[in-house]
Amino acid sequence: MYLIRQFEEVCGEMYTRGQIRGFLHLYIGEEAVAVGAISQLQPHDYIVTHYRDHGHALARGIDPDRTMAELFGRIGGLSKGKGGSMHLFDVEKGFIGGHAIVGGQFPLAAGLALSHQYRKTDGVCVVFFGDGSTNQGTYHEVMNLASVWKLPMLFFLENNLYGMGSRFDRVRAGGEDFYPGAATYGIDQAAVVDGMDVLVVQEATKLALESIRAGNGPAFIEAKTFRFQGHSMADPVKYRDNSETASWEERDPVTTFPGQLLEQGLLTEAELDEIRNRVDAEVAAAVKFAEDSPFPPDEELFTDIYA
Amino acid sequence: MTEITFRQALQRGLREALDADPDVFLMGEDIGKYDGAYAVTQGLLDTYGPDRIRDTPISEAAFVGAGVGAAVAGLRPVVELMSMSFSLVASDQIVNMAAKIRYMSGGQVKVPMVLRAPTGGGVQLAATHSQSFENWYASTPGLKVVTPSSPYDALGLLRSSIEDDNPVVFAENALLYGVRGEVPDDEYRVPIGVAAVKRAGTDITLVGWAHGVVTLLDAAEKLAETGVSAEVIDLRTLRPLDMDTVVESVERTGRALVLDENWRTAGLGAEIAAEIGYRSSDYLDGPVARVGGADAPAPYTRPLEQLGIPQTQWVIDEIEKTYGI
Ligand SMILES: Cc1ncc(C[n+]2csc(CCOP(=O)(O)OP(=O)(O)O)c2C)c(N)n1
Ligand SMILES: [Mg+2]
Repeated sequence: MYLIRQFEEVCGEMYTRGQIRGFLHLYIGEEAVAVGAISQLQPHDYIVTHYRDHGHALARGIDPDRTMAELFGRIGGLSKGKGGSMHLFDVEKGFIGGHAIVGGQFPLAAGLALSHQYRKTDGVCVVFFGDGSTNQGTYHEVMNLASVWKLPMLFFLENNLYGMGSRFDRVRAGGEDFYPGAATYGIDQAAVVDGMDVLVVQEATKLALESIRAGNGPAFIEAKTFRFQGHSMADPVKYRDNSETASWEERDPVTTFPGQLLEQGLLTEAELDEIRNRVDAEVAAAVKFAEDSPFPPDEELFTDIYA
Repeated sequence: MTEITFRQALQRGLREALDADPDVFLMGEDIGKYDGAYAVTQGLLDTYGPDRIRDTPISEAAFVGAGVGAAVAGLRPVVELMSMSFSLVASDQIVNMAAKIRYMSGGQVKVPMVLRAPTGGGVQLAATHSQSFENWYASTPGLKVVTPSSPYDALGLLRSSIEDDNPVVFAENALLYGVRGEVPDDEYRVPIGVAAVKRAGTDITLVGWAHGVVTLLDAAEKLAETGVSAEVIDLRTLRPLDMDTVVESVERTGRALVLDENWRTAGLGAEIAAEIGYRSSDYLDGPVARVGGADAPAPYTRPLEQLGIPQTQWVIDEIEKTYGI
């Protein structure tokens, strides 16, 4: 979690310096969701997510150097700089994007899940998505399809209460909780969890995956969480009260979780410092790697269009 | 050689592909139990079972996108849409997902997927069911677009499309399903991206694709009666576009006509005509002649609908007007 936090703090800095451009969506505040969920996956499982994807990528163990280089638009990036922040891919890690059309990722995830079913493996595809995306038709279409076909698929809602400036209660007719809607599609394995508590997320994910791998079809988890910063770097956050943010910041998993470990004597201050220093150095090295990597040569404009 | 219909050729192509590769599977609305809206997949469910012949809900975005996902995972889905007009519901998945995911991943993934769909008008299905968006998809890098006009090409191109590692939009003009033609008894392929000279001639080059080729061959027959020798080129693939074959012919005949059955304005016919003009103007006896469909939604009523679809006589009149022959 601290790696994601530090990585993204530095991303914000690099954005201000003009090293990273375009859209940059930070995951700060939501780290416990990606870390808790992805820690439970097997190497052969697939992950599909939205444009707020750095946390998922790093939680999956994707190389921070190549991730940072991608954000810098350099040849050493995961996609040679062609995808950028919103479109991270690492196929070797089963990480199939980073998708920036809201709701566009659901059908893709269904197809990846179908490939596991077709090949009779016990693999799963987990799809991460935001509260805002649930108003897209693809969300409903794919929940139905996945349930009818009993696809090994985990729908993972990161309910951070806002889609850009729209609080869920201004754009959603269905009330505060989203997970009960899964039952409409025959998805009974549906749960809601505190997305600020990494252990709780972990436990819920474990149960959901067990059910999916047992052949019961898709499962659904809603994690209540909050993004501490703006929607993207371009967002001055005029649509919500600072007090709302402050109340969530008190539950920041990047401080509360180590706090718990210290209290329980499972971690010492010295060990915590050591971890943080190591991570800081790792992120600094990622920036160095990205800076040293050249921009892609002109020929790259026309490569990777066709196989 | 055996004479079969365009529809039978497609079915044979699907069966050969299903037999050859266990990673090939089909999905689409009513392709199984119902036997397919245009009966191309008739009987396949009995032979291959529901895992490989998958009936989907009416959720184009969901199952087209699921095709992309399955393809990224290494399977070879052949996805059927009931009509090319319905591809608009899934156009995000086609244009923003299938065509882009390889590029945005820096070449990490490929999308070996075929999207089959009946296209075109002429049977009074009115404005929302008579469209041919292969024109639009042909302007999208990352996609390939295939438009056969005969049973031979349909079978050969379908095999190549299913074996191709890229997303292929495979447009089946619905007027062609009953057209008969000879196909070899042995398996064969027709390469994607190679146009064919369907009739040799010396006085003018007629360029078209899909059902338009039927019209052009008919026109060439009539022109021959008046002593005009027309060469007919079937593009067969709209992306990649084989302009070399077209240009080579035009530079021999000195005259060219492009037939685009879709809306004339900003269609692929305009692109081809412009490219001929750009590359071969020194060889041309006049401007590139153009025939296109009416710039109007397809009307339901037959007289009006026919008024909008290019006819043989339009081709002959346009040649006379442009070149005086
Ligand atoms: C189809 C589409 N419509 C609109 C947008 C612009 N947009 C990008 S993110 C976003 C909000 C999505 O909110 P949510 O799903 O809750 O995810 P979050 O950003 O909160 O993680 C919008 C409207 C888009 N990228 N794609
Ligand atoms: Mg949100």
